[in-house]
Amino acid sequence: MNSRDVLDLIWIVPVLPLLGSAVLLLFGRRLGEPRAGWLASALMVAAFAMSCWMLGALLGLPADGRLEVHRLFTWLPAGSFSVNVGTQADPLSVIWILLVTGVGSLIHIYSLGYMRGDRLYTRFFAYLNLFAAMMLILVLADNFLLTFLGWEGVGLASYLLISFWYERTSAAVAGKKAFITNRVGDVGFLIAMFLMISTYGTLSYTATGPAAKVIGSGVATAIGLLLFVGAMGKSAQIPLHVWLTDAMEGPTPVSALIHAATMVTAGVFLMCRSHVFLEAGSGTSTVIAWVGAATALLAGLVAVTQPDIKRVLAYSTISQLGYMFLAIGVHAYVAAVFMVLCHAFYKGCLFLGAGSVIHGNAENQDLRIMGAFKKFMPFTAAFMTVAWLAIAGLPPFAGFWSKDDILVNAFGSHSYGVWAVGTVAAIVTGIYMTRLILLTFYGNSRSGAEITVLPVVAGGSDDGHDHPDHTHHADHGDHGFDPDYLPTVQFGETPRESRLHGHAPHESPVVMLFPLGILALLAAVGGLLNLPIGNLDFLGRFLEPVFSSVHETTVSTGTQLTVEAISVVCALAGVLVAFRFYRRGLAAPGHDPIVDGLAPATKVAGHAFYLDEGIAKLVDGPGRAGASWLDRVFDQKIIDGAVNGTGWLFQWKARVLSKAEDGFVRRYALAIILGTTAILLFLLLWAGR
Amino acid sequence: MTFATYTITDTYYLVLAAMLFTIGAVGVLTRRNVLVMFMCVELMLNAVNLTFVAFAHTLNDVAGQVIVFFTLVVAAAEVAVGLAIIVVIFRRRRHATADDLAALKG
Repeated sequence: MNSRDVLDLIWIVPVLPLLGSAVLLLFGRRLGEPRAGWLASALMVAAFAMSCWMLGALLGLPADGRLEVHRLFTWLPAGSFSVNVGTQADPLSVIWILLVTGVGSLIHIYSLGYMRGDRLYTRFFAYLNLFAAMMLILVLADNFLLTFLGWEGVGLASYLLISFWYERTSAAVAGKKAFITNRVGDVGFLIAMFLMISTYGTLSYTATGPAAKVIGSGVATAIGLLLFVGAMGKSAQIPLHVWLTDAMEGPTPVSALIHAATMVTAGVFLMCRSHVFLEAGSGTSTVIAWVGAATALLAGLVAVTQPDIKRVLAYSTISQLGYMFLAIGVHAYVAAVFMVLCHAFYKGCLFLGAGSVIHGNAENQDLRIMGAFKKFMPFTAAFMTVAWLAIAGLPPFAGFWSKDDILVNAFGSHSYGVWAVGTVAAIVTGIYMTRLILLTFYGNSRSGAEITVLPVVAGGSDDGHDHPDHTHHADHGDHGFDPDYLPTVQFGETPRESRLHGHAPHESPVVMLFPLGILALLAAVGGLLNLPIGNLDFLGRFLEPVFSSVHETTVSTGTQLTVEAISVVCALAGVLVAFRFYRRGLAAPGHDPIVDGLAPATKVAGHAFYLDEGIAKLVDGPGRAGASWLDRVFDQKIIDGAVNGTGWLFQWKARVLSKAEDGFVRRYALAIILGTTAILLFLLLWAGR
Repeated sequence: MTFATYTITDTYYLVLAAMLFTIGAVGVLTRRNVLVMFMCVELMLNAVNLTFVAFAHTLNDVAGQVIVFFTLVVAAAEVAVGLAIIVVIFRRRRHATADDLAALKG
């Protein structure tokens, strides 16, 4: 079976988790707790193995022939326009399926430990598999409409998983917010597709690619911008970022998988797939670069002030996504993909580690009452420290290479403005990440835990400690389903009470530490994928056939080294600033040096620049007024009026015409005679002329 | 007397037929008694028959007289059915004029 035939089987990759989801939704209850998780994880690992096979097959093809489009069936035949369900196997999609299945498998395994004892265990894995299937459909599609199907599917899975503990009001509301904000972005995607159909008459990637170059730049600009609006919604760029922070209501594996490693990168993927439109349009790329840069900086500034461990990571994700769009904006698509991969590694590690910390801290997410957890959770601490070094951008870890790739490209393509913003954001990244790590694992212990208790690793939390374990699980259950419980610590809230009651926070079981370790390792060595040194840019060369039409930015080695040096200096500066303030932890849980010291600026940043409140006011005020005007005037008067009016018109006509049928026989006879006379007169006098 | 020089030409027959037809039509429109309306319809039919025969004589074509046979048959059938309907109606109500038969109003 030659390579092309193997690549034609790539449709099996999304079908595996889709089947798993279906089986688990239907028979999950019967399978029961551990087996449901094993089934889901096994299918993901199988999908990963299949993806590796596909990679091998793709590498077996010559470099310029690495594109295999396979049509499965025709979905919408509509005259001259038709849409297929088919797969496109090229370097971009293969990289993404490896990412989704690889990181997805690790997170499934992690969830085996994290969700243990949860009442809705089987449903969790069903949704997780559904998400993976939809994301794989998104990236393997050969046309925009099938990608849109996957796009909506991951939105749905995200909604289901964010509001997983649905009995809690805040979780349900957060799920709704995520879905609706995504939908706003989707309007852009849809209109872009309509434009594509009307201009090019096709939605498939291989057809619109060459076509985009031919037809004028106005349409291409519009399509590019509209697709970017869709990407903004999915990948949480300002101003459509508001859903991602509330999405932390979901279980932490969900935050890791969906909101760090995979779903939010769907926007980046879309931009890569439609890069032809971005190239052909004028000004689209500048808009994207600036939105990305602004997001990177502003979200980073907010992250510095947050007291909740997951919130910091959420804003960090938004900021890092800003970097990816910055890269796209300066036509550095390979750098963006590289960043996607590295970000998945270190952010995934950070989120899984945060989940480990939260589980150990009896479901308490407040950074201000943690501290010195390194003694209790050495492995989590070690892995998260590696991830921290990676995200801060310190060499030789992955984050340095990926962020630098972007900044060098920005500088080299003369976009100095975004480069400067990106560099400042790097400083801020250093600050907030260091703050998080120091407050959690180092410094003084503010959790009231006994420092003399040794950490337990193997066997996990129920190793003879049944009292804390019992309350731990009861807490988890209760607070999962108590409608008013708010796990997320809002900015400005008084520090939470520690629920440890003097017990030590426990380390996580091996099933949770193993994925953490793998991701930390990848965060450490991930840079090897695309080193900017001579021949070692494997990723760049692998992706070359996909981005062959993009004008490459070349920088001299001198410039490159200078920019890299500046980035390292800025990252170190940020780390050192945070060290200065947080080395010894917090003097008191209520007193955060940076937050209190730089008030009121930090107050504005802490409330995320009041963007959430702004949107709420906009929708509540003008939005509500507009909607009620539409209801009163348009809906009731015009539309109802038209419908009712049509009915009234017919009734009136019927009343008039029914007078001709009054059963009065003599009137009928008169009508007949008059009619006949008229016809006769007509025939005699006018016809025959 | 000058009456001896008159000849009855075909025109006279046509005029007679027209007058009979008009009397019948006016009768159908103005009389209320159903039987009388029927008689007027018969009058109209006979006027038509007379017209056909006159033209058959004028144009020397037998077809006119053949049509008269058809019309007579149709008239007979119509009378049979119509009188049957009237008999049934008169069984129900003692007196019925055309104005009362408005049950098909709609």
